[in-house]
Amino acid sequence: MPKPKVAFYWCASCGGCEETVVDLAEDILGVVEKVDIVLWPVAMDFKYKDIEAMPDKSIVATLLNGAIRSTEQEEMARLLRRKSVYMIAYGACAHLGGIPGLANQFSREQLLKFVYEDAPSVVNEQKTRPQTKSPDNGREPTLPALHNVVRSLDQVVDVDYYVPGCPPTPKITKAAVTALLENRLPPKGSVIAPDIALCDECPRKATKPTNVSFTEFKRPHQKLMDPALCFLAQGIVCMGPATRSGCEAACTCGGMPCTGCFGPTSRVRDQGLKIMSSLAANVAPKDEGEIQKVLAGIPDPIGTFYRYGLAKSLVRRRVDLPPR
Amino acid sequence: MQQAVKDTFNQGAARANAAYQMGRRRFTVDPITRLEGHGKIDIYLDEKGDVERAYMQVPELRGFEVFSLGRPAEDMPQITSRICGVCPTAHHMAATKCLDDLYQVEPTSAGRKIRELVYNTFMLEDHALHFFVLGGPDFVVGPEAPPAERNIVGVIGKVGLEAGKKVIGTRKRLRELITYFGGKVVHPVLGLPGGVSKALDPADLPKFQQLAKDGVEFAEWTLQVFKDIVLKNPDYVKMITSDAFTHKTCYMGTVDEQNRVNFYDGKLRVVDCTGKEIYKFHPRQYREFVAEHVEPWSYMKFTFLKPRGWNGFVEGPESSIYAVAPLARLNAADGMATPKAQAAYEEFYQILGGKPVHHTLATHWARVIEMIQAAETMEKLLNDPEITSPDVRRVPTAVPKEGIGVVEAPRGTLFHHYQTDERGCITMANMIVATANNASRIAMSVERAAKALIKGGKVTEGLLNKVEMAFRAYDPCLGCATHSLPGHLPLRVKIYDHHRQLVEELRQD
Repeated sequence: MPKPKVAFYWCASCGGCEETVVDLAEDILGVVEKVDIVLWPVAMDFKYKDIEAMPDKSIVATLLNGAIRSTEQEEMARLLRRKSVYMIAYGACAHLGGIPGLANQFSREQLLKFVYEDAPSVVNEQKTRPQTKSPDNGREPTLPALHNVVRSLDQVVDVDYYVPGCPPTPKITKAAVTALLENRLPPKGSVIAPDIALCDECPRKATKPTNVSFTEFKRPHQKLMDPALCFLAQGIVCMGPATRSGCEAACTCGGMPCTGCFGPTSRVRDQGLKIMSSLAANVAPKDEGEIQKVLAGIPDPIGTFYRYGLAKSLVRRRVDLPPR
Repeated sequence: MQQAVKDTFNQGAARANAAYQMGRRRFTVDPITRLEGHGKIDIYLDEKGDVERAYMQVPELRGFEVFSLGRPAEDMPQITSRICGVCPTAHHMAATKCLDDLYQVEPTSAGRKIRELVYNTFMLEDHALHFFVLGGPDFVVGPEAPPAERNIVGVIGKVGLEAGKKVIGTRKRLRELITYFGGKVVHPVLGLPGGVSKALDPADLPKFQQLAKDGVEFAEWTLQVFKDIVLKNPDYVKMITSDAFTHKTCYMGTVDEQNRVNFYDGKLRVVDCTGKEIYKFHPRQYREFVAEHVEPWSYMKFTFLKPRGWNGFVEGPESSIYAVAPLARLNAADGMATPKAQAAYEEFYQILGGKPVHHTLATHWARVIEMIQAAETMEKLLNDPEITSPDVRRVPTAVPKEGIGVVEAPRGTLFHHYQTDERGCITMANMIVATANNASRIAMSVERAAKALIKGGKVTEGLLNKVEMAFRAYDPCLGCATHSLPGHLPLRVKIYDHHRQLVEELRQD
C-alpha cells in the first residue's frame, strides 16, 4: 500500500511553527516513516507544477501555517485545498490570523509611509518606496504588491481541522498527526486540543478565586507577582479563562499571564468578547467615573483581548478597510 | 493612407509582441517562487553574456512598527518576538532592554544574570543550528555534494551518528534551559522592565551546571570539527580566501569596557576596512551613526554609516557600508571575553593573516569561536552564587517616555527603539534588525559571486549553491529583515539576457 501523502506549507508566519516541527523531529521519526511528504518548502525541493499535476484529493492532509495576506498565498491555499482530503490550519496565524492580524487596525499606506519615510533612522529625501516594477536602465525588477488586510486560513478556503498555538506545542502536533494516521479524527471543524479552558491545566488553578472583584487592574510590570497565585487574584489580566488549554500552561509556568494564543474553546464564538464580559462583570465600582479608573489598567483592549484573534473575531478589521 | 495602414499594422504587431512576452512571463513566473518566504535574485546579463547587474530582493513586508502603535510597552517583548520564530529570544531581549531604558530602571543583579544566561544559551544553540544544519553542510558535506546530501543527514553521515546525536541532544538540552525561564523556547515570556519573571530554583541548578560544562566541551568539539574538515582541506581554504568571497567594508559589534565581544550589552564599536576604530557609541546615540537607505526594488532597507552618507554599494576606504554578525563582531573587538574563546580568536587571526578579516566565509569559523564564548559565559554565570537569588526584578517607578535597547543577535546588531505616552503605550516604534545591517554587504556578495561564476552566458552547475554560500555565511534571516518572512531562506534565481528575456531560472526551497 502506498504511503499517505502529506504536505507542509507556510504563508505569512514567523518560522516559529516550522521550528516546532523541527523540534519534534526526533519524536515523530516513526510517524515520518509512515508518510510521504510531497511538499515542505523549508526542507525539500518541489515544483508548483508537480503539485498542480497531482489528482485532486491525492494529498491526505496539508498542514498550513501562517495567515493569508497576498494573492500568491491565497492561490497556494486554494490549490492545496483542492489537492488535499484534509486542510489543517496549523498554528495561531492560520487558525485566527495571529499577531500579524493586529495590522488590521491600520492602513497599508500608514505602514509604508512609516517604514520608508518617517522611521527615525530612514534617510530618504526623495521618498523612494519599493515598487511593484522599478525600471532601471532597461532592466525591470519586480516585487509583489501588498494586500490591505490579514485573513485567517478559513476566511479563504474551507478548513477541516485546526492545530492551535503560537506556536503549537510538539505534543499537540504529535497528537494531531497520530490521529490523522490512525484515522481517529474528530468531527470536521474541530480544534485538535483539549476543549476546556486553560485554567484546567494551570498549576495556579487551586488559587483561582470563585468570586473575583476588581478594584483595579495591574499591568505585569507594575508589581512583583506572586509566583504561585492565580493572576486574576492578583488583579492582573490573564486570558486563561477564555482560552483553550493544551499548552500545559507554558506562560504561567514562566511567571507570566496567558495571552490567549490557543484561541477560544468550542463553546465560545469570540474570545475577546468572552473575557471582556467576564472581567467587566466583576469590576467592583458601580459608578461610571470609578469604572473608568479601573479600566485604565487595560489601556489596549484590542491588543490584550484580541492579541492573536483579531482577524478571525467579530471585530475583524478597522471599519474603513476593504475586506481583503 | 499607406502610413496609417503601417501604423495600424505596427500597433497590432506591438500588441501581439507584448501579449507574447506577457504570456512567456506568465509561463515562467512560477507562482510558488513569488511567495513570501523566498529570497529573490534577478541577474541581468550584458551582450557578451557576462553579468551586468544582480538584484538581491526581498519581496514582502509585515509592518510590526505600525501595528505596535497603542500597545502597552510591556507587551513588546512578546509581540516583537513574532518578527522571527527562529531568533525570538533576540527580539525578546532587545525589547526587554528597551523597557529598562524606557522606564529608567536597572535590572536587579540576579535578574540581569538570568537574562545573560538565557541569552548566551540562546546564542550557543542558535549558532549550533546554523553550523550543523543551515550553513555548515556546505563545508562539512562539501559545496559540490549533491543538494540531497547537503543537509543535516549528510552532516551526520560525515561526522558519525554518535556526533549527530550529540548535536541534536545538546541543542535540545539548551532549549530546555530557555524553556525553564521563558515558559516557551519559541516566543519566551520572561522579559520585564527591571528584570525577569522567574527565578532559578536552587534544586534545578546542578543539572544546568552540568549542561554548561557539556556546552563548553561541545563548543570546543565543534571547533575541532571545523578545523579537521575545513582547515585541513586546501581547496576550502582557497575558496574562503578567494576574491569572489571577499569584501572590504566597515564592521560593527558590541564590546565591553575592555573592547571585548559581548552579546548582551555594551557600547557599539565600528572599525573601518583597515581595522581602525572610527566610531564608538552608546546605543542611545544610534540615530547619529546608523541610517537606512531605500531602494525601489526591495522591501528590505539598506543600512549605512550615517556620518559617511550613502555612497552606494561600494567597498574600500570610503565605504559607508558595514557588516554585523560573528565575523564583524570579532573584527570590531580587541578580543573575546573568555579564555578558551580568546585562544581561538588569536589562532583565527594568526592563520588568516591579521585583522581585519574580510573573507565572508570566515564567518563560519568566527561563529564557532562565539559558541565557545557563549558556553564559557553560561558556565561562569551558573557558578555564580547569585544566580539562584529570588530577587530577580525591580518594579519601575519613572514615567516612561523613550527607550532604546540593543543586543547582538546571532545574526548581528539588533536595535529596538520605542517612544510612549505617559501610560507607557507605544507612540513610535522603530527596529533595525540584524540582517538589515548586513543587507548592503549581502547584496554586494551576491553580485560578486554571480559575476565571478557567470561568464559568456554560461551558467555553471554550481552557480546556485556558490551564490547561496555567498549569503548563507551571513546566516541571513529575511523574516527579520522585513519583519515579515519566515526565518528560513529558500531562494530563487532568475537570469535575463541582454534583451531582458528570461533565459534561466534556478530555485532551491
